[in-house]
Amino acid sequence: MSAILPPAAKYWWKQPLDRVEGTWIVIALTWCLIMFFMMPYWHVYGKQNLSNEAYRTTPEVYQKKTQEMVDKYTVRKETAQEIPVVHPPAGSDVYLIARLWQWWPILELEEGKTYRLHIMSMDWLHGFSLQPENINIEVHPGYEHIVTMTPTKADNYSIICNEFCGVNHHTMASKLYVVKSAK
Amino acid sequence: MAVNRMFRVCPATGFKVHEPAEALMKINAVTAVVALLVGGILALLVILTRWQTVHLLPADAFYMVLTAHGLNMLVFWIIFFEVAVLYFCGTVLLNSRLATPTFAWVAYALMLIGALVNNYAVMIRGDSSVMFTSYVPMGAHWSFYLGLILFAVGALIACFVFLGTLVVAKAERTYNGSVSLVTFGALTACIIAVFTIAAGAIILIPTFFWSIGLISHIDSLMYRTVWWGFGHSSQQINVSAHVAVWYAIAAIVFGAKPMSEKVSRGAFLLYILFLQLASAHHLLADPGLTSNWKIFNTSYAMYLAVLASMVHGLTVPGAIEVAQREKGFNKGLFEWLRKAPWGNPVFSGMFISLIGFGFLGGISGVMMGTEQLNLIIHNTIYVPGHFHATVVVGTTLAFMSLTYFVIPTIFRRELMFPGLAKWQPYLFGLGMSGFSLFMMGAGTLGVPRRHWDMSFAGALMQHEFPATAWLMMTLMAITGLVAIVGGAAYLLITVCSVFIGKKITTPGFKHISARDNAAAPVSLPNVVVPSHGNIGTAGFVAPGTFVLAIGFLISFVLYYFVNWKYLSTVWPLN
Ligand code: HEM
Ligand SMILES: [Cu+2]
Ligand SMILES: [Cu+2]
Repeated sequence: MSAILPPAAKYWWKQPLDRVEGTWIVIALTWCLIMFFMMPYWHVYGKQNLSNEAYRTTPEVYQKKTQEMVDKYTVRKETAQEIPVVHPPAGSDVYLIARLWQWWPILELEEGKTYRLHIMSMDWLHGFSLQPENINIEVHPGYEHIVTMTPTKADNYSIICNEFCGVNHHTMASKLYVVKSAK
Repeated sequence: MAVNRMFRVCPATGFKVHEPAEALMKINAVTAVVALLVGGILALLVILTRWQTVHLLPADAFYMVLTAHGLNMLVFWIIFFEVAVLYFCGTVLLNSRLATPTFAWVAYALMLIGALVNNYAVMIRGDSSVMFTSYVPMGAHWSFYLGLILFAVGALIACFVFLGTLVVAKAERTYNGSVSLVTFGALTACIIAVFTIAAGAIILIPTFFWSIGLISHIDSLMYRTVWWGFGHSSQQINVSAHVAVWYAIAAIVFGAKPMSEKVSRGAFLLYILFLQLASAHHLLADPGLTSNWKIFNTSYAMYLAVLASMVHGLTVPGAIEVAQREKGFNKGLFEWLRKAPWGNPVFSGMFISLIGFGFLGGISGVMMGTEQLNLIIHNTIYVPGHFHATVVVGTTLAFMSLTYFVIPTIFRRELMFPGLAKWQPYLFGLGMSGFSLFMMGAGTLGVPRRHWDMSFAGALMQHEFPATAWLMMTLMAITGLVAIVGGAAYLLITVCSVFIGKKITTPGFKHISARDNAAAPVSLPNVVVPSHGNIGTAGFVAPGTFVLAIGFLISFVLYYFVNWKYLSTVWPLN
């Protein structure tokens, strides 16, 4: 009898468990349950949970909302393309557009303040990847995703795209500035 | 049409081999190896581009080659080989004939045409560099989807040929009692494949219509949800198949029998029951789905499929340990392992596959598949690091080691370059393990996957990765090249052996016809098998394996909580 032959005994399922197997099954099952309960646990006690808040919308509507924010809070322009750098008030709704092959506009946030960051793609899938924090969120067209985010330390961060979005995927990089709060 | 019922008796194993089935196994396996060759050449190009010091290909060629690498490896190499494995487990292991060889040839033809059409779209037309996931709304040429659909239909027919063979074997009573554990594992793979291909059809057929303009819009989130119902579940086919291969090799090399049939079969059953919503863990960083849905489904209902893999991870080496101890290697904890045939590539490949799959692929997979932890990993190069540990070190290496057994028994050729074959599993397995580890390291530092240039040449604004990330990528390239050498050695050995190797002839070879093939109707002993004899220590028949398993668990727990600790330091989100 071996694993490539039919079991030798008719009632193979009556063979008693070896102690090794029984013990291991109990240990492994316990560990699986611990891992399972870690996730709800973190929703209650942990601080890093991806929000479930998302709305279906259209690129036009989203573009308009972003433009309104840019019109109100632009503080300067950067790069050859004159991309606006926006410094919205702490606690406000902040909009970020992902499109081929650009993040728009550039955001400037305050350390320790909480923002409602809206992200949506205008065309294909993109990947919001905040470096070097390494926070990664999938960005879909047509789904306005709202993530509440609290930058913890003033610094210059990067947003890169990590969902393949065509031949210039590697050029889709931007900055996110976190500054000490003004007060 | 008359049914060909000619068999030959395998002189090495005593199994009866149905000749039409044998031809089908050969053609499917050979085609698989050709796909591996193509995929391997593409892997070389990919790695020489991601190695920034060489940075071989321009961006558009890189994405094309990467798309073709993923498809030829993950889909064509693996699935052609799996079809051969199914036919082997359905016929040889049951002494049965293959049901409807004609349909099996139709299946093969469809799969071959599908693979060619798809490769045509990607590499000849060059307008379908959408990666094997082909996420909408980025679109490929319609022939890309058509090729995949044809391939899937062929694979589905092959699954039904296998299921039909089980029915034939039962009806013609070619074996006594229940099917062997390995065949049961193959059956698991086959059942999962049928579900999986259904999910694939649900998503690829509309996408095909979309590509020719009959459907105007496909929702990107719906696409990812259904696509991964296909894409992930098909990985569970691979797991079931390579676990079956592990058991088979343990049996072939050591005569090992399952520690208990009940546990091993129960674990296969868990795969079938608890993986259907596995697409969830690819969507943990997506908007528009609730956390409750994510938590429940990402863990395949409380990690019961993970439990199954942890069980196989114990029972496969456990079975080997018991067999070795019964042969007298009963000293201490690890004599059974030290005295194992490390120079036999059938064994060494299988064992490296087992360890690599568990320690690298398994642990990293569970970590990534945890709802919140996914945030610090999603779409980084950690992800290909994980799946090269599962599907390359795990599945591919297991299949490679099986080939070393199949060449003399099914192809009836002597293995060429036996000296090289001895080293091949180490080159490939250890190279690939290093490669996976360094990818994971780079991913932890944020390096993205599917990315042509981590220096962001030509971008308006650049991000500078830390020097360690660059170092990790260089080490990844070097270990990747080692693995490529190992892969090339495999191709050289198998291709040469199969086509120009010395023929093995058997004196007294005879054909037998099916009528004489029915198993002698011996009634099985109506007894319960007693547990194992006087081996092991402290009531544990496989104490060495148990110690290994505990070592595994400790690494798992530590790594898991280190990642939670790391997560707790990133920006608060909710
Ligand atoms: C020596 C062998 C191999 C090497 C060096 C290698 C290398 C690579 C590299 C560098 C990537 C690209 C990572 C990225 O930029 O995202 C990749 C992707 C991939 N590889 Fe391999 N690979 C090898 C073998 C295999 C095998 C045997 C399989 C499957 C059985 C496989 C399946 C894949 C898949 C599915 C992808 C993902 C493509 C995508 O992101 O769309 N590879 N490989
Ligand atoms: Cu992008
Ligand atoms: Cu991108």
